[in-house]
Amino acid sequence: MHRHHHNTEVARSSDRETTSDTERQTIVVALAGQPNVGKSTIFNMLTGLSQHVGNWPGKTIERKSGTYQREGTTFHVVDLPGTYSLTAASVEERIARDFILHDQPDVVVAVVDAAIPERSLYLLAELLLLPAPVVLVMNMMDVAAQEGVVIEPRVLEAALGIPVVPMVATRSEGVERMIEAVVAVATRTYPYEPRRPMILPSHEEVLTDLITLIAGYVRDPYPVAWVALKLLEGDEEIHEMVEALVPPDVNDEVHRVLYEHEDAVLDIAGARYEWIGRMVRAAVVRPRVGQVGLTTRLDAVLTHPFWGALALAGVLAVVFAFTYLIGTPLQEWLDGLLGEAGAFVGGWAVTVGVPVWLADMVADGMIGGVGMVITFVPILAIFFLALGVLEDTGYMARAAFVTDRFMHLMGLHGKSFMPLLLGFGCNVPAVLGSRIIESRRARLLTILLAPLVPCAAQLAVVTILGAAFFGQAGGFIVWGLVALNLVVLAGLGWIFHRFVLQGEAAVFIMELPLYHVPNLRTIGLYVWRNIVAFLQKAGSVILVASLLVWFLSYFPSGGVVTESYLAVIGRAIAPVGQLMGLPWPVLVALITSFVAKENTIATLSVLYGNAASGLSAVLTPPAALAFLIVQMLFIPCVATVAAMKQESRSWTWTMVGVGTSLLLSLSAGVAVYQLGTWITGG
Amino acid sequence: MVPLERLSPGETGFVGALHGGHRLISRLASLGFTAGAPVTVVRNYGSGPIIVLVRGAQIALGRGEANRIKVYRSEAESHASSSS
Repeated sequence: MHRHHHNTEVARSSDRETTSDTERQTIVVALAGQPNVGKSTIFNMLTGLSQHVGNWPGKTIERKSGTYQREGTTFHVVDLPGTYSLTAASVEERIARDFILHDQPDVVVAVVDAAIPERSLYLLAELLLLPAPVVLVMNMMDVAAQEGVVIEPRVLEAALGIPVVPMVATRSEGVERMIEAVVAVATRTYPYEPRRPMILPSHEEVLTDLITLIAGYVRDPYPVAWVALKLLEGDEEIHEMVEALVPPDVNDEVHRVLYEHEDAVLDIAGARYEWIGRMVRAAVVRPRVGQVGLTTRLDAVLTHPFWGALALAGVLAVVFAFTYLIGTPLQEWLDGLLGEAGAFVGGWAVTVGVPVWLADMVADGMIGGVGMVITFVPILAIFFLALGVLEDTGYMARAAFVTDRFMHLMGLHGKSFMPLLLGFGCNVPAVLGSRIIESRRARLLTILLAPLVPCAAQLAVVTILGAAFFGQAGGFIVWGLVALNLVVLAGLGWIFHRFVLQGEAAVFIMELPLYHVPNLRTIGLYVWRNIVAFLQKAGSVILVASLLVWFLSYFPSGGVVTESYLAVIGRAIAPVGQLMGLPWPVLVALITSFVAKENTIATLSVLYGNAASGLSAVLTPPAALAFLIVQMLFIPCVATVAAMKQESRSWTWTMVGVGTSLLLSLSAGVAVYQLGTWITGG
Repeated sequence: MVPLERLSPGETGFVGALHGGHRLISRLASLGFTAGAPVTVVRNYGSGPIIVLVRGAQIALGRGEANRIKVYRSEAESHASSSS
């Protein structure tokens, strides 16, 4: 990671003036802010497509960075995770403060929501205690004006002693001034003299005691006063660090002092809010009426237990209709195109003398396998677009609020709703989306349940086969299958919650942002990032698995599937199929759906000539229904399993999830077939 | 003091005490639930989560969390306790 390396290099140089003398100057900027303050809008505006999305080292939290060029200066921008404070109560908070302490950015840009200045300045109160200089950006000035909050940035600047820049990021207003302020602070041409928040007088003595105790032991880059304050706040990570540094007798003394002031955390937070109150007293005029207007009026309906749920159902119906009405024709068109491309490439390769097996591998294994996955890109793009709009307007938080009471039955809360909803597009982002949930237990449960949400590919498979097996009734069957999956999801969630993953119920604390007009750039980048991640999976995990399946279906018979390794495997597990009335080729199709769900159709086409008509002649109605149910509940695809492992960081839990799906799908299949055969008198 | 979940929509309470683990208290405090801070209940349907207005921001709280925030019903009561 040369960027990171470069950044440390710049930061470590004790004399920063030297960098400004060189022709190409680099300034490392960290963007800090609470959630929902429009931080990503600013980040996207600055970095655009130059942004690089990865993970923070050793963490499953997204790390976004990018560059912005202006007049020979390169700004290396790092988007810190959104956090309300900097106490190590969450991974995000640790990441944010560790970056500021260890990577020493030249400037920290603290973004606050001008519509709720007091609350969002809380993070600034914490940032000012760290060594890096801070530029304050008052974003959403337009929303603030709408809400009747009047802000005087110059007055605030005079009070704080740091640059204060008003901004409307959604309209790119204030960016120039922000960049100028960043340069002025980085080159030390700005008289940077911050007023820092003080501790309550009643705690001054104990803080001084702590500082004296630890002063000789705390090492760079940790400021001693900051460490002492974090100890007093009960910060576990800092406590462990100090314990490892100081001798036992000092440690005992520190313990004794802290024990006497266990409740200090509330007072310290209170003192920060008092400080904020003093800072904004002259600069902010806020109407006393509280929040009225659009948000209040919409929320009266959208957060209501009954009308809100109804509205959510309506919104989802529109999202799905929109996705499939536009996406399905595009998918079919791409599918046709790819079929032709595969045939063309295969034919051409043979004419120029490439061995037949190699030509087949490229045409069927690569273009056919991975291409099939890529045909789902339009459907996913439209679905992500719709969800991006819902998220960016602020509606998704209301959806989480409304669904919270149902989620509690599974030991989850409202925040799990969004990741599960993503699952209808693709299970991979659903599993990755579980990151927004703070408690590990609730996150794990969401990861285990997400694969039960039928993805776009699964829905396509059952729609095609449902129509082939049951004709007109196929549509109802598909709805029934989706409902069954959700019932199984809820039931399994309840069982896991009650009997397997016992522990404290998840804590539900979530901000409901004001509704606002969505930003096209933010949504566009959201769609783009998700699609890129999807294509990367298609190009790696799915490609390898696809080639493996192709290999098994091609050898040793040279293309005769019924005598391939795949057929050998299929015949070996045929007894399992008999219990469900399914011949071995159907089992093989199920196995290949592990590569990607849409493979079921492709495999059946190879084995029966035409998946739909060929198969409906072979299967009895109970067997057909059993097959559809197994298909819906079967183990998640390889990309989802990889995501489950990555996010849960546990092979055990990943295998619990996969094993549960396998057991559940097969037993449901057997039960439906046996029961159906008995009822129909077969 | 009464649990926050007992207040009806439109009612304002003043934070008296927070109960719970250190992490929960730390999170609530950073959101502005500090001693004496006014909290107005915006939605409370008797079951399920509630919505409150604190420090100018709307926060959704699970009923369990709302139960752990104890509030005074009047500002005078809140001052009386903090000065004693």
